[in-house]
Amino acid sequence: MNLRTLTQILLLFSSLSILSIGGGNTVLPEMHRKTVGDYHWLTDKQFADVFAISQAAPGPSILIVTILGYKAAGVPGAILATIAMMLPAGLLVYLVSRVWEKAKDAPVRKAIEKGLAPLTVGLILASGWVMSQAADHDWRAYILTSVCTAIFSTTKINPLFLVGAAGLIGWLGWV
Amino acid sequence: MSEKPSLFDLALTFNHIALASFGGGLSAWSREVLVAEKGWMEDEEFLSAVTMCRILPGANQVNLAVFVGVKFHGIPGACCAVFGLTLIPVAIALALAYFYFQYHHIPAVQGILKGAAAAAVALTLSMVFKTGKKCLKGAVPILFFVAIFVMNGILRWPLLACLSLLAPMAIAWGWPRKKAS
Repeated sequence: MNLRTLTQILLLFSSLSILSIGGGNTVLPEMHRKTVGDYHWLTDKQFADVFAISQAAPGPSILIVTILGYKAAGVPGAILATIAMMLPAGLLVYLVSRVWEKAKDAPVRKAIEKGLAPLTVGLILASGWVMSQAADHDWRAYILTSVCTAIFSTTKINPLFLVGAAGLIGWLGWV
Repeated sequence: MSEKPSLFDLALTFNHIALASFGGGLSAWSREVLVAEKGWMEDEEFLSAVTMCRILPGANQVNLAVFVGVKFHGIPGACCAVFGLTLIPVAIALALAYFYFQYHHIPAVQGILKGAAAAAVALTLSMVFKTGKKCLKGAVPILFFVAIFVMNGILRWPLLACLSLLAPMAIAWGWPRKKAS
């Protein structure tokens, strides 16, 4: 019984690992379909809450699989799910980065580094935009964001200090 | 570039990045630590690594940890970086999961996280300014920058569609014009 669940965890998350092209969030719909619909490890509402927890907790947001594995099969399930989600994709990155190091002086690497830079900066701006939309920010949060952006851009302050201060402002209910 | 970090340095540094990022902004934190603070990579190498890690399957930040770990120490480096990135966050996720399924409510941290998220967005925006200052010189790169922001951010087109449209043009633009003399 338990072995069956662990096998399901292993197969599900290692296949999602390879399918998650473009980042972990791209396989969330499939993850939801399997864990809620097929395996009944948790309810719809629980999945939504678990998603919120994993987004807010520190570290990679893909750790939602840790919580799903925990719900399905306790701590062993959590650890297995986490490893299964990271290992296959990690091996692929390993292979690619080996090729990348070998191509240190190749024109194709120079072209990719130079060409992708403006695209990456655009994607980072897009992720900031999507983050602030997902957090359902109102005008007070936008003011806080603007002030923090100005401080980050013009001073060498330790960012953690400012994130902590903003957390305190949130705790006081001002945003 | 500073000295080659030890395996322990790798684990510790990625642990630091992970823990600093509550409320989000993991990419911005990665740059803050890897490029600005430690000097392990130049901005260009960092940015291209970030995009490759996004294209490849897997969580972007885990991929970046693998990439940086391999760069310095091969497979052991990758393992240490990923271990550092995930060990304490996994413990925290487990603790939160335990509380959530036990008591069916998330510990009252909503307000704190909302404030922290606003600052995390700010850190991400300031990263756009800092990295953009160097690579957004001229009309062509600015055009690429705006185009992908609109496609991926505003219109929410899938990343793969945006990149298969723009990346070939961008790489052609970035190709070294003259053979190295």
